[in-house]
Amino acid sequence: MTTVFGVPIQALFSQLLVGLINGSFYALLSLGLAVIFGLLNIINFCHGALYMLGALVAWLLLHFLDLGYWPALLIAPIVVGLFGMLIERTMLRRLQGLDPLFGLLLTFGLALVIQGVARNYFGVSGEPYDVPEQLSGGKNLGFMFLPNYRGWVVLVSVLLCALTWFVTERTRMGAYLRAATENPILVQAFGINVPVLITVTYGLGVALAALAGVMAAPIYRVNPLMGADLIIVVFAVVVIGGMGSILGSIVTGFALGVIEGLTKVFYPEASNTVVFVIMALVLLVKPAGLFGRTA
Amino acid sequence: MTTQPVEAPAGVKRGVSRRDDVRSLRIPMLAMLVLGLLAPFVVYPVFLMKMLCFALFACAFNLLIGYVGLLSFGHALFFGGAGYLAGHAAKVWGLPFELAVLTGTATAALLGLAVGWLAIRRQGIYFAMITLALAQMFYFYCLRAPFTGGEDGIQGIPRGKLLGLVSLDSNLTMYFVVLAIFLFGFFFIFRVIHSPFGQVMKAVRENEPRAVSLGYKSDHYKLIAFVISAALSGLAGGTKSIVFQLASLTDVHWSTSGEVILMVLLGGLGTVFGPIVGAVLIVCVESYLADLGGWVTVVQGALFVVCVLAFRRGIIGELSRVLRRPL
Amino acid sequence: MRFAARLFALALPCLLPFGAMAQGGKVVKIGVLNDMSGLYADLGGPGSVVAAKMAAEEFGNKVAGMPIEIVSADHQNKPDVGSGIATKWIDVDGVDVIVDVPNSGVALAMAKIAADKNKVFIDSGAATSDLTGKACTPNTVHWTYDTWSLANGTGKYVVKAGGNTWFFLTADYAFGKALERDTKAVVEANGGKVLGSVAHPLNASDFSSFLLQAQASKAKIIGLANAGGDTINSIKAASEFGIVQGGQKLAGLLVFISDVHALGLKAANGLQLTSAFYWDTNDSTRAWSKKFAARHNGRMPTMVQAGVYAGVLHYLKAVQALKSDEDGKAVVAKMKALPTDDPAFGKGSIRADGRKIHPMYLFEVKKPNESKGPWDYYKLIREIPAAEAFRPLDQGECPLVTSAAKK
Repeated sequence: MTTVFGVPIQALFSQLLVGLINGSFYALLSLGLAVIFGLLNIINFCHGALYMLGALVAWLLLHFLDLGYWPALLIAPIVVGLFGMLIERTMLRRLQGLDPLFGLLLTFGLALVIQGVARNYFGVSGEPYDVPEQLSGGKNLGFMFLPNYRGWVVLVSVLLCALTWFVTERTRMGAYLRAATENPILVQAFGINVPVLITVTYGLGVALAALAGVMAAPIYRVNPLMGADLIIVVFAVVVIGGMGSILGSIVTGFALGVIEGLTKVFYPEASNTVVFVIMALVLLVKPAGLFGRTA
Repeated sequence: MTTQPVEAPAGVKRGVSRRDDVRSLRIPMLAMLVLGLLAPFVVYPVFLMKMLCFALFACAFNLLIGYVGLLSFGHALFFGGAGYLAGHAAKVWGLPFELAVLTGTATAALLGLAVGWLAIRRQGIYFAMITLALAQMFYFYCLRAPFTGGEDGIQGIPRGKLLGLVSLDSNLTMYFVVLAIFLFGFFFIFRVIHSPFGQVMKAVRENEPRAVSLGYKSDHYKLIAFVISAALSGLAGGTKSIVFQLASLTDVHWSTSGEVILMVLLGGLGTVFGPIVGAVLIVCVESYLADLGGWVTVVQGALFVVCVLAFRRGIIGELSRVLRRPL
Repeated sequence: MRFAARLFALALPCLLPFGAMAQGGKVVKIGVLNDMSGLYADLGGPGSVVAAKMAAEEFGNKVAGMPIEIVSADHQNKPDVGSGIATKWIDVDGVDVIVDVPNSGVALAMAKIAADKNKVFIDSGAATSDLTGKACTPNTVHWTYDTWSLANGTGKYVVKAGGNTWFFLTADYAFGKALERDTKAVVEANGGKVLGSVAHPLNASDFSSFLLQAQASKAKIIGLANAGGDTINSIKAASEFGIVQGGQKLAGLLVFISDVHALGLKAANGLQLTSAFYWDTNDSTRAWSKKFAARHNGRMPTMVQAGVYAGVLHYLKAVQALKSDEDGKAVVAKMKALPTDDPAFGKGSIRADGRKIHPMYLFEVKKPNESKGPWDYYKLIREIPAAEAFRPLDQGECPLVTSAAKK
């Protein structure tokens, strides 16, 4: 058996694939954050909590309304997205013009509230959520057994990332949005309703997070703290990728998943910290991030 | 060195010199002193000591955010790290109380130098994220390092004797020692703020390019302020771990970093007494709600939201505005 | 002065309740300290309070002429929170005995506090065998289980049943490593072989990578040297990646029935684990458990909750015999002198080092079609007799034992 640094090549491939799957998750999750932070300059620390809400809504739909995975994929993001728009309209808008760090503190507080309430009603060990019938089982790829569901996650992630990137970078809507963040007054003078645009965009970013939550439910279980664990990593991804660049977040998300996967093989104890090491390095060398626009 | 008065928050009458500032605060300080001396005879001293340690931590943090304008999201690194070192020094190396606490403080200062040197290069959200990332790395290190005892923490830290003479096992004696430490830290910070160095710091916060154009190396000042803040956070953390005879992972977790931010925010950013009030209130709230376990985080989060939306100046900040004097 | 007055007025209301120090104990106060809202809430949590109440009610809520009061608090799995609550309970509220306390870190802190203040500590939830080893005190009783008995039960008997090659999935912190180390020693002592291990970060969210490594090792048994959420996630991921279908078996080194309930039989079937108590073992456990379930949302008791019940019951017996609860050391000495007997654990005893002795059981989780209903999860592989189930008295390095031996 051929080996690379003492690891059989088959095992290495399987780890790379697993890393890619995780990376697609990071990319999907950081997508919403990249949109909100990159375009709206809102430091959305409650992104993780909203991701968890997406999973929670999916679970609630299953338990109380008997609506399974497929309807949940549509309904949960809409519900949570509307909730996000409410947050933006009632709270975040008041912070416009202030130091963005107040936005961080506000969303941090919101995250604590959302997670705390969920914890009190749903406990901490979480609830199981089954993989939908159509996606269960898996394929034996020779070097590993790939559960179908994980393949599905990669697919959706790639599609959504491509779609979001396209909309923000190549459509007129995206152009309005990018212009609005740079010079809202001028854009408003052109007749575009900037406040509504911002609210809707925030809602969309939140909906993306909720969608990631629904997709995560069968893999990671619906548990109130699932967002807290991820939020710091996701922020790191956005910071490394560049806080203004959708493409940066996507690429970094996938890359980070792969790097983490490799770390798990060669030095598993560090797999939690490798993302922070990279982030610290990037911030020291290229503070705008790998694809960022301004320093 | 400048002697010009710094731009004061609106509505607050300012003395022309720093002497006036000190004079105007004499009464509140005296009140604080009297309260501190009498309180242990009314209230459970252990509870008060917790408040004092966190009050010192909050004051140290306030130095950084209130006067230099840097929001660090990783101050638990210094607080908890010093706690571990002080505990280790007292338990394993057998150092007496004051040397153990000094060990903790020195460790925090060194860590502050390292973290500060890395983080000062960037500002605002980047600065916050770097401090958070470094604090997370430290947390994971503490989780695995054998000397920290991992999840169990360092337990059974002896309180020892002060200067080899006075046994600190009695809660009352320990309380007065902690009060002395707190007052030392508090007055040290006060002195720093109301000094030429403090004036330069405020100038850097208000308008960094202008300060640089006047010839001040703003990065140096920021780093020194950071190290002072870290060292005093370490003083608080080291004292706490010896008083409670326990150093645990909670003290280096990001939730502790968040807690101290809330204390300062609630009390009043950039005020002298704000952090103390904030610390006292938050410790009380947590005690009351301890029975309700999970609701503590909800209340903390709600406080954050309310403070940021409607109460940005904090309690003492609002009080200061109403009384028209700096507090 | 106005400011001082305002400050005082602000602060005073918060401080008042913590005033007067505790007055004497004309009440037998039992403090149930555990995780009420976090990872171990289902394991003990409010259920343990129910269990303690059931024990007190068997005495008619009075013992030796003193009324019994039960208080509870959440230590949030933090040693400092636990210490703060315990010291306040003892100093201010007059609590005489602290029970339950899952989370080894908090338990170790409790043992010291109970010893310093001469109160009683009956641990049911924590795993560390140091409580009856290096950290033993004359005021501590360790009920239910510990890492040694789990490692012994799962390690030895799984190997004897044919699982002789192992691969460990270990949580990378002191507790996980201790679990791995103890089980590895037992496995090798019984003729098994450890093919390898991988350490995962604590609270890792994704185990696919680590499980693939376990799968690649082709070991017959994958030992899960972790706890709580990590165990649940490992088992779930294993089920997803077809590990059990592929022929390997999972051995959970610290798994509770509440975990299996959370996972569901579809994911957890085939898992081997050791437990001190299972509600469906015999008629008396069944009867007691049904009474418990009626008071606790239909949830069957975990071994930790059963241990709280039995421990409090035995404590009250000792207090009754002594007619006093003042001297913690004396009460524990009495508890060690009296044989134990309760519907949950049957007959047993408490050793000189504070270790409660009773049989342990090796179970395997049933497949979904083998189960008759909720909570019908385990099939018994083997009962481990009490004499073999716990670490021998002389191996623990407990100062109480070694000093007694020296005399």
